[in-house]
Order: sequence, then C-alpha cells, then structure tokens
Amino acid sequence: MAKKVKKPEHAEQILDRRSFLNRLWAFLSIAAVAGVGWVVLGFFRPGKGREREGQAGGTVTCGSVDTFEPGSVTAFPIGQFYLARVAEGGFLALSRKCTHLGCTVPWVEGKKQFACPCHASAYDITGNVINGPASRALDLYQVSIENNVVIVDTRRTIRRSVFRKEQLVFPEGS
Amino acid sequence: MWPRLGITGTRVNTPESRDNFLRRIKQSIIADPLVPRTDPERKRFLIRNLVLHFRPTTVPEATLKFTLTWGLGGMAAVLVLIQIFTGVMLKFVYEPFPAGAYDSILYLQHDVLFGQLVRNVHHWSANFLIFIVFLHFLRVFLTGAIHAPRQFNWVIGLAMLGLVLLANFTGYLLPWDQLAYWAVTIVTGMLEYVPVAGRWIQQVVRGGEEIGPKTLRIFLTLHTAVVPVFLVLLMAFHFWRIRRAGGLVVPRKAGEERTEPAARVLTMPNLIVRETVVALVLIAGVLLMSTLFDAPLGNQANPGLSPNPTKAPWYFAGLQELLLHFHPLFAVLLIPAAVIGVLILIPYLPYQTDTSGVWFGSEVGRRTAWVSALASLALTPSLILLDEYVDLERHLPGMLGGGLIPAGLILGFVVGYALFLKRRFSVTTREVTQAVFVMMVVALVVMTAICVWFRGEGMALCWPFGKQ
Repeated sequence: MAKKVKKPEHAEQILDRRSFLNRLWAFLSIAAVAGVGWVVLGFFRPGKGREREGQAGGTVTCGSVDTFEPGSVTAFPIGQFYLARVAEGGFLALSRKCTHLGCTVPWVEGKKQFACPCHASAYDITGNVINGPASRALDLYQVSIENNVVIVDTRRTIRRSVFRKEQLVFPEGS
Repeated sequence: MWPRLGITGTRVNTPESRDNFLRRIKQSIIADPLVPRTDPERKRFLIRNLVLHFRPTTVPEATLKFTLTWGLGGMAAVLVLIQIFTGVMLKFVYEPFPAGAYDSILYLQHDVLFGQLVRNVHHWSANFLIFIVFLHFLRVFLTGAIHAPRQFNWVIGLAMLGLVLLANFTGYLLPWDQLAYWAVTIVTGMLEYVPVAGRWIQQVVRGGEEIGPKTLRIFLTLHTAVVPVFLVLLMAFHFWRIRRAGGLVVPRKAGEERTEPAARVLTMPNLIVRETVVALVLIAGVLLMSTLFDAPLGNQANPGLSPNPTKAPWYFAGLQELLLHFHPLFAVLLIPAAVIGVLILIPYLPYQTDTSGVWFGSEVGRRTAWVSALASLALTPSLILLDEYVDLERHLPGMLGGGLIPAGLILGFVVGYALFLKRRFSVTTREVTQAVFVMMVVALVVMTAICVWFRGEGMALCWPFGKQ
C-alpha cells in the first residue's frame, strides 16, 4: 500500500525520464541531420587548388618587352588573357572574361576596344568599362618584368572596379 | 463469381485450367479478360492492373469536358515518359566528357540508325514539355483550381515546373556545342550577382571557376539522375493529391452553385479512352516535328570565341531580357524571388468566395483579365523601348537607376492598378490577383519573344529574320 501512496512521485520520475529520453532523441536526430548535411555540403564544395595544378598556364612567359608596341594588345590563348601595353609604355595583363556574365571578349583593333559580343559591354585598353551592362573593369593578372622579359602569373585573378595608374607595370629603366 | 479468381487466378481444380498450357501462363499474369467488355469487368481490370490502379475507379462526369483541362496535364505526363524513354536510349551513345561529347553527338546523328530521330524526339519533347507545362499552369490558375483542397497541389505543381526548367537547362549543356557552352556560361554567370553566396553557388554549380569537365559531370548527373527521380516522385504525389481531392475541379458557370456530390462515371473507358486519344495525337505531333526539323547543333564549344549574340535558352530569355534593363541584383534575385514567392502564396490569400471551377472566376474577371493582358501587351514593349532610348541607368548609375526607381515605378503602377480595379469596379480578391497574374504572364511572354526574335548583334534591338 505504501507504494500506492508514492505513485504520483514515481509517475513523475517516469515522465522525467521520458522527457529526458525524448530530448535525447531530438538532440540525436538534429545531430544526425547536421552530420548528413555536413557530409553533403562538404561533398559538393568546389575543390580548391587541385584543378589549378592541372590547368595550362600557371605563369606564362610572354616575350621581350620590345616585341610589344606601346598602344598594342596581344592575345595569349594559353593563359586566357590579353597583354596590353598602354601608350605610356606600361603593361597590363587583362582577363578575357567579360565581368558581366563571363563571355570571352575579343579585342577590336579598329575601335581600339574590347567589345563583348554577348551583351555589348565595351572596355578600353586599360580594361575600363566604356559601355555597360558590365559594371567592373576587366580582371587583372600579375605582370612582372625580369631581364626585359614579360611574365604573367595567371594563378590568381585580381578583381578591381576601375583602372588606376598603379596597376601598370613598367619595364626597368623607363 | 469473380472473387474466386483471386489475384493469381489459377483456378487449379477447374477443368479449363488443365486444357491449355499457354492459357495457364496468361492466367497467372492477368487473370481478367484482356479486353474487358462489361462495366464490372472494366472496373476489375482497372483495379487489378498495376499501372491503371493508380487511377480512381470513377471520375466526376463533368470533368471529362475537354475545355476544362485541354488535356494538358496528361500531355505533360506523356512527354515525361517520352523523355525517359528516349533519354535512356541517348545515354547508351553519349560520352560525358568535353573531349568526346560533341563527337558522340555527331556519331549519334550520322552513324547510329535512327540516332538523329531519337535526338530530335528528345529535343522537341523537351521544348513541348515546357510549353505544355506552362499552359497547364495557366489553365489551373484561370479555372481557379487552386482553392481548398487543391492549394498544396498548386505548390507541388510549381516545384515540378522548376524541375522541368532545370531538366531542360541541364540537358542544354550536354551536346557541348557553341550554343550550349555559351548559354550555360551566361546563365551560370548570372548566379555571381546573388549577394554574399553568389560566387560560392556559382562554383558549386560549375564545379570550379570555369565551365569544364566537372560542370559537364554535374549537369549530366542532375539531368539523368536527380531531376528524373524527383520529377517522377512529385508526379505521383501530384496525381495522388488530385485523387484525394475527389478528382479534378468540377467546371461550372459563373454564379452556378456547385452540385454536390458530382455525378461520377467509370474511369475505364470514359477517361482512359480520352487520355489515349490525346496521347496518340501528341505523339503523332512530336514525331511529325522530329521528322521535319532537326534539333539544332552548333559548332563544337570553343571557350575562346563567344558567338554574337549569345542568348540564354528560350525559356530563360525573359530573364536575360530583364537583365538588360535592371541592375543584376534586381533581375537575377529580387524580381524572380518576389515572383516565385507570390506564386507560392496565391492559393493562401484570403478569398471572399470559392470560385473554383469557373473560368476567370466571373464575367467581370474575364473582362479584367483581358484588359490586363492587352495593357501588358502594350506597356511591356513600350517600357523596353523607353529604356532603350532614355536609358535611366546612364544618368543614375547603379542601384538607383537600374533597380529601385524602375522597379518601384512598376510596382507602384501594379499596386495602383489593383487598387483602381478594386475601388472603381469593386472586384474580388480573385479578380485582382488574376489581373496582376495575367499582366505578369504577358510581360514574361513579351520579354521572352523580344529577347528571342527582336535582339540581334550585341543584343541590340532589331527586326526578326531581317538583315542585321
């Protein structure tokens, strides 16, 4: 009979245990979902670095400084960039990808501009936007000049909004 | 007598079963007569047939009327089956690598017997599917088949519309020709404009910075595994919910009360025969189209040469047109997200009366819908021309001129128009929603048409088929 008196307390204990187990189950379920989510997200995360190694390019040796006239643009399909030498003699390596939606922009010699065939964006020789819809100047790659030879590092893309004088790389002694 | 037959129907001890070996085999597969001739036989046939038993045994008689559905839902289902059938065939020939993909398409077209035909059927069915699904979406909305208990089925339908678009878009890349490569470049290029996560999403979709072997692998998997599985699952869900709702929405005239319960007739033969007729006519149409017109194939993809002009696939051309006029944040994210959000919420708005089954809801609804359609037909091209010659973005660059001001003006106009209708003609929620819906749909159609036919070199406006 004594047990019967204690029953409410006992029942409460059962409920406590039950609610504890319920919470444990809820926690474990969330942990399981999070775990699966982590696996899925990790699985689909774009690979870093691996494909870069396989890519053609890396650094591209473009040639002697004198082979590039001031005010000229030379395409380097291997590195997917243009080497532009502005009238003042400085160099820029411009990505050939339009900053609007990624089309390849050809250099139009007659107009002295890069004209995107997809949506009519146009850029000048420094990669600055002349005509929309593009809103950013063409991306850059690092140019270095060693022993009068122009070398472009295509491993890293430099994003910029407009052209600034400091982006130009001048040959030594000019 | 028929319960004796059971599902196996072997009738072991009856003399008939012993006399013919072939008959016994046939009996073990289908116990019922192959051609049921009486109604009870047909009913039994339907229930016991694996494929047919997905259908209810009876349907409301009034829903058989062709002008209720135009057979559109059934056509969509048939097209999906054609796609699965021809898609699997193509998968036997296709090589999913950038180096071999294009050549395998050439091989398919030139060296495989009926290869070109199978590709054509797959191509045209895919395009028909978008078209038919879009019409089905209009039909369901305009007959008010979105009210309880069909609200959630509208949402499932929207999800399937998304899947059909995804199926088409992922399939677009696979031939690896110039058309495919650049269309996918610009559409995935749009993703970059999604704030914060844009570049990450883009890299996940492309499998890297550039469109390459990984992109092809991802698109192929989505196209041939993920999308078909989800599409078929959702189709089953969609059909099951129609059945749960007691069949299709029963058509009625404006002001007519619903007759409850609707008179029902046997699915077999009444519905099955009608569906078969629609399916056969559709298949004939697809085959005719595929015989007359080959699926397009450009030159092999060349990452160094963008064609001029480069256009998105036609079903995304409206989006591309939008992008020409709005700041990318608006064109790619805000406007589409708002439209999708509103579409999902449409069935859950507070409606005064249940107008399900009534085309356009009422006579006023019919008139306002037509006026809205015509207004949109006139206004959309005018706005596009206005933007062409005034070019607000040039004077007010960035977010203001390219997004906030034009989007605000258009939103203001639509809200004003809706209020005007409400005040002046005291129309119901259904009629207002419908007027705005019709306006948006016509605007989308007009923008798509302009981008596809009226845009030439450098995406400049031009006349179709003329000299550029």
